[in-house]
Parts: sequence; C-alpha cells; structure tokens
Amino acid sequence: MLSPAEIEARLERILLSVQKPGRYVGGELNSVVKDWDSVQTRLAFVFPDIYDIGVSNLGLQILYDLVNARPDSLAERAYAPWTDMEAKMREHGVPLYSLETKHALADFDIIGITLPYETLYTNALNLLDLAGIPLRAEERDERYPLVIAGGHACFNPEPMHAFIDAFVIGEGEEVIHEIINTVGRFPREHVGKSERVNVPTCSRVNVLKELAQIPGVYVPRFYDVTYFDDGTIKAVTPNIPEAPKIVMKRMVPKLPPPPTRFIVPNIEAVHNRVAIEVMRGCTRGCRFCQAGMITRPVRERSVEEIVAAAEEAIRLTGFEELALLSLSSSDYTPILDLVTAIGEKFSGRHLSVALPSLRIESVSVDLMEKLKDRRSSGFTLAPEAASEHMRRIINKFIPDEQILQTAREIYARGWTTIKLYFMIGHPSETLDDVQAIADLCKRVLAEGRRVMGGKAKLNAGVSTFIPKPHTPFQWVSVDTPEQITAKQDLLKRELRDRNIKLTWTEPKETLLEAWLSRGDRRMAEVIYAAWRNGAKFDAWQEHFRYEAWTSAFAARDLEPAFYTHRPRRVDEVFPWDHISDAVRKKYLFEDFRQSLEGEIRVDCRKNCYACGILPTFAQARREHPGNYWKCPEVKSPLSGRQPAMDSKQISVVSEQ
Amino acid sequence: MRIRVTFSKTGSLRYIGHLDLQQVWERTARRAGLPLAYTQGFHPGPKIQIAAALPLGFAGRAEVVDLWLTDNVGATHEVAQGLQSTAPPGLSILAVEEVDERAPALQTQVAAAEYEVALLEAGLGSGLEARLADLLAKPALPRERRGKAYDLRPLILSLECRDLSLRMVLSAREGATGRPEEVLAELNIPPEAARIERTRLILKDEVE
Repeated sequence: MLSPAEIEARLERILLSVQKPGRYVGGELNSVVKDWDSVQTRLAFVFPDIYDIGVSNLGLQILYDLVNARPDSLAERAYAPWTDMEAKMREHGVPLYSLETKHALADFDIIGITLPYETLYTNALNLLDLAGIPLRAEERDERYPLVIAGGHACFNPEPMHAFIDAFVIGEGEEVIHEIINTVGRFPREHVGKSERVNVPTCSRVNVLKELAQIPGVYVPRFYDVTYFDDGTIKAVTPNIPEAPKIVMKRMVPKLPPPPTRFIVPNIEAVHNRVAIEVMRGCTRGCRFCQAGMITRPVRERSVEEIVAAAEEAIRLTGFEELALLSLSSSDYTPILDLVTAIGEKFSGRHLSVALPSLRIESVSVDLMEKLKDRRSSGFTLAPEAASEHMRRIINKFIPDEQILQTAREIYARGWTTIKLYFMIGHPSETLDDVQAIADLCKRVLAEGRRVMGGKAKLNAGVSTFIPKPHTPFQWVSVDTPEQITAKQDLLKRELRDRNIKLTWTEPKETLLEAWLSRGDRRMAEVIYAAWRNGAKFDAWQEHFRYEAWTSAFAARDLEPAFYTHRPRRVDEVFPWDHISDAVRKKYLFEDFRQSLEGEIRVDCRKNCYACGILPTFAQARREHPGNYWKCPEVKSPLSGRQPAMDSKQISVVSEQ
Repeated sequence: MRIRVTFSKTGSLRYIGHLDLQQVWERTARRAGLPLAYTQGFHPGPKIQIAAALPLGFAGRAEVVDLWLTDNVGATHEVAQGLQSTAPPGLSILAVEEVDERAPALQTQVAAAEYEVALLEAGLGSGLEARLADLLAKPALPRERRGKAYDLRPLILSLECRDLSLRMVLSAREGATGRPEEVLAELNIPPEAARIERTRLILKDEVE
C-alpha cells in the first residue's frame, strides 16, 4: 500500500482536474487528527456515498467522537469519491484513503461501514475494491482490516453477509467500545508496513469468535442456512457453540450526551447544521414504518440537555441551522417547553431551526411559528394515506377535517407551500384509495387559494410502500410495476395544476430497494454480479441501471419476483428471523391481523401492547425508572429471577 | 463597524472555492462571537466582501476580506485573536484593522496581485531566464480566453525568476486581470507542473 506521503503527492496532481476537490482533502474544523503511532486501534468510518451527503451523518459523528475520545484508539473518515475522482484514483493507483491522515484504508484495523439504507450496498463493495481489500469476508486474512457494518439496513444483514465480517445490530454507543477492546487484544500485521510475519492463520477466526460473543454482534460465517425446495428458508443455525441462536439488538438505556463538536465542512454539503436527537424511538406504531419498530423503546432527552447542547454546538461550529431530530417531534413530551426555550435562546441570531416530523394538527403550526427567525416557505405534513380505509390499515389515523384545518392554519399564517407526503401500494389498496390522495391534495390547495389566491402551492411527494423486515407488513407483497404505474398515472392525470408539484418514485427503484431489503443470503451473489455489471450509486437516479440488476438475477438463476411479489405463509421463516429487535414476531403478526380488520392501535405510551421490548429490557427499565422511558414501569424483580420472562407475566404500571 | 482582515489560505483550504470561502468566513466570525451585520431583504445574508477571488488550488499568503459588524467590538488585536482561535486549519489571521464604513467596496480597490510559482519539475528551469527576457521583450502577447481575444503583455507588470521559482506581478483591475496560468502557458509550462501562490494583493492606494 502507498504511504500517506505518496498518496498526498499523487493527490496533488489529480485534485485540480476533478469537480469539487474540497470533498477529498479533509482539514475541516472539528475533524480529529491524532498521532497514528500513538494508538493501538485505528478505525476508518465509511459512509458509502459522496462526501456532500455523508459528512453530516449523525450516527457516524456520534461514533467518531466516542472513538477519538479514547486514548488508545483513533477514528478517521472516508466517503465514496464521485465518478470523476474514482476514475482518476484508479488511473493513478491511489487507493481509498482517510481524509484525516491520508492513510490507505487497508492500513486501518477496522473499517466501519454505515448502511442506513439498502441502495448503498454496491457502493460499499466498490469502496472495498477501491481500497484494495478483497470483497469477500472469507478471502480476507489477518493482514486485512476487519470490515464491520452497522445502521438500520443491517436489521436484515443477509444480502451483505458475504462481504462483511461482523454486523452491529442496533445502537452503537456501547458496543463500539466492546468491539475495540476485543480487537485490541489481537494485534495485526499491517499490509505493506512490515514483512509478513507468520501469523497463525486461525487468528482472524479467533477474533471473529470473540466478536460473535458480544451481544448485538452478528458474524454471518458462524451461521448456516438451509432452504426448502420452494426457495424459502428452512432454518438458520449457528455452526459454533459460541454464536447465539438469536442475535438481539443493542439498546442504550440512557442516551449519552449528544455530540456538539460537529465536523464543519468547508464546502457546501446537503446538511449544514447542528443536529440534536431529542428522543429515540417512536410510540405511534405506524405499520409500514421500520424505524418505528427497530428503535424502540422511546427515550427522551431533557429540555435542559438539548438546549445546552444546541448552544454549545452552535458556538463550536458556527452553523446557521439547528435541527431537532426524532421520528415524531410532536410526541416529545415537553415539546412546547423545548420550542419555547429554543425560540427564546436563538431568536435574532440568524439561525434557522428545523423541527421535522410534526403531527398534523394546528398545535404544530404554533410550534413552527415560535421557531421561525426567518420564515421558510414550505411546511411539511405526512398523512401517508388519504382514505379512512387505508388510514386504519396503516395505523396512522388522521381525519380529513383535521388535515384541512391544519392546512388552513398554515396558509393563513403565511406559508405559501405545503408539502404532503403519501405512500401508495399499502396492503389492499385500490384505485379508489389513490383517487382519495388526489382529492385530498386538491382540497388542501383549495384552502390555500381561499387564503392567498394564486400564490398558494402544494407539493405532493408520493413514494411507494415496501414491506420492510421487522414490521407488521413483512408478510405482504410489493405492488407489481403494472399496479404501481396505474396508480401513478392516476395521480399524474388528476393532479394537473400549475400550483401542484407531484413527485414519485420510479417503480424500478422501488423494486430494487425491495429486493435488497427483503433478500436472503443468495442475494449477495446478485449484488456482487450487479456491481460487476457496473451498478453503483443506485440511490442516484442518473446512475441507477436496472439492467445491471436484472441480468445479475438471471446470471444467478434467481427469480426477482420471489423476493417481492409473493405473499408469505404465516409460518415462513424470514431471512432476518435470527436477528431480533426485541419486538416479537407473534406481536407483529397479531398487529398485521388487526390491520386487516381495520383495527387501530393508538399511541402505545397510553396503552402498552406488549410488543416484547419490556421483557427483553426489563432490567434496563428497572434501572431507569420514571418518565425517561415511555414504556410502562416494571415492578421490582421477583427475587432471583432473570428478566427473560414472557411480557404477559410482567406487572405493568400504566402511566395513564 | 467595518473591519478589514488580512489572512492566508493554505493547506487543504487551497481546494475551497470563492463562494465556499465566503461561508467559511461567516461561520468563523459567528464562532468568534462577532456581531455580523446582515443585508436587508427576503434572503438576508451577512455583509462580507472578499477582495478578489482566488482560483481553486492557489494558496493565498495575504488575502483580504471586509466584514461589517453591528456593534463596535473594540480592539482589533483581540478580534484577530478571537478569529484565529476559531478558524479552520489553513486559515491564518495576519492583521485586523478598522476601516471607514463608507470606504469603497474592496473589490474595486484591487490594482494588482503578486504571485509566486514553484516549478515541480527540474527540467522546466533550464534557460528560464532567457525565456522570460524574450517574453518581456515582445510588444504584445495576443491570447484568447473564453473566446475573447486580449493582449496579455500589458497585464504583466513584472516578471522574474530564480532557480525553479517565478515571481510575477499582474494587473488585477476590473476588466484587466492577468492570470498567472496564462503567463505559464506562454512559457510552455504545463499547469500541473507548477504550484501557484498569490503572495500579495496590491490596492490602489498603495500604488498611487
């Protein structure tokens, strides 16, 4: 591998021939440059898309801070070079390198790849290739870094099982330390740094065996999968005694202090902002929402902690925007106090405050008004469905009248554009339900016209539903491209108005995301073949090449429809069943059944539906009593009994 | 209050363009706690004027920016310290001075710029002195840039060399700006074989 000085010398010659060279040089305020030789364990965090998107990723910022706070470790960063830079790097023999010290990625001990969504998979492969690291986990011996992945997409790790040594399931703040401590016990011979010493070849396997015993770490090579003749899974079984049968996700009982020393990019990025997570988890239980299932339980930070962190982060970064993040801001218990405190603290300081994911009610308009230093023109609402039938099915029930009243309020207070998010393709949806979306859009815009005439605008963003793993809808099939096209055509026909802007997802992009989300281990070969066919930047419309994927399926003799257009048996073993988010499959199925009957489950902080979180994390709940968690409290433990009991046997104290 | 900051822009900041540098200044000033003045209007922006855009890849050893503040912030050396302590790597504060609020816009005040060029390949230095003399002896150097013909010769105010480095002063008035890479092109020096630094901006009042 090239030394950092050699890499820098080559960069000097190529940087001025690519677009936005600022992406590839590091040197940002608050990036951390440690002495390479002063630490034992070196991590490279990789976001497999371009710098402009990856640099503001909150998850990586959290881990970057945690690792760099350790005296025995360092963390640096790498992103996907855009195609012009990639070509130059390959032409000049520059491997993927870290922005901080320009070390080749192969020189690190651990490469941590974040996979928040599935369309990054081919980029992840491409980056390993660009780093000069064998793509397949089984081809990497102890000379190479361990490749570890985390992020929401890893709740179904199987499509990427062949390329990743270990997956982290769930929250990383605690497990990252356990991984570093474990890896630190196995010093590695670095490629190119010294003559290859005769390391016993079993040592890579030994590290992985140790890692497999850390709760929340999944090491795919220690599991065997058997299939039925129809291609569905018969069983997934560990092949070593050290590997747990079920890998339970990690969950941090008390959220650590939020990061404040955000990296400040010197070039324009997608998000230029301080992002503070106000709470984690969601109690709404929308049945299509994977995030709402896998991030349970709800844990809320205090107003004081959030305001203090925001203040400090603004001082340390000089950013012009503050984002208060959560899956459902309106559900944050002291939301009014928070918004008031933030409004008072920052008004007149030329700071814009983003508060996404507000409920559709007039209170939300009050909240936004308090935060506006300078008014943005758009206000976003996400009804997701427009007919009563669909709203009951997806468990997001907001009556039309409430939506219209909120819209009226928004336009009346001077916002000129309302953005409405919908999804088509929910289970049992008909064209009438889609027609209802068009009708609702028109009625919302009519409210705006009444207030401000021709100035009122509406953006309708209509995505297509994908039945994600670990949700109540994991048993249903995806609409066929024909069904999706028919629904989109209806909307395009109905919403022809110069003040309505309709956006949608191309059916082929939906299919790709569905294959990748729902895939099993055999999908790994499809991903590999698609990458060989040139697939990368699949999340970028101008780069997405559908044929690269269909021919990859054909080459592997797999039928894409098997993954998408097939209703599942009740007792089908899913590829992700050995990965647990603590929400029980039985609970999900019960919720799915209720959905078909149009039954609604309201906010679970009002009424616990025993999803499975509490029995799994009963001990953590006991240690963190009171209102911090939004699950009911668990009474003191029965003497000598472990918390692994069925939830129905747990005494639950209702909050209401 | 209007302050004028002289600064250098080196290291990885060489790869940051003019608009991005504007943003770097806004954030640096905000971190330093300076009360930036904002323009009026629908999209208020901070009042920051950078004297002259520095082409991507060039280091700047003494660039100049004006910042407008809503309050008088007092001693300029303290402002300089505050800015330096929050500046990103590659941005060094060399001087801060107060200027008259009504002084003309900085961009209109630049008369010339001085550049130093380091040649990265030893072979490029051979006979350089003679080539410079030849070039300077020509009455005109007709060139074309973005489809427009112009004469480079009068824009070269001085040009000299020592070993593998060139020093030149080029006109930088509005509509009469000489570019160092054009001079290099006249000397048949390929752009990737040279590293260019702008060492100084010469303002009109310094010339007159």
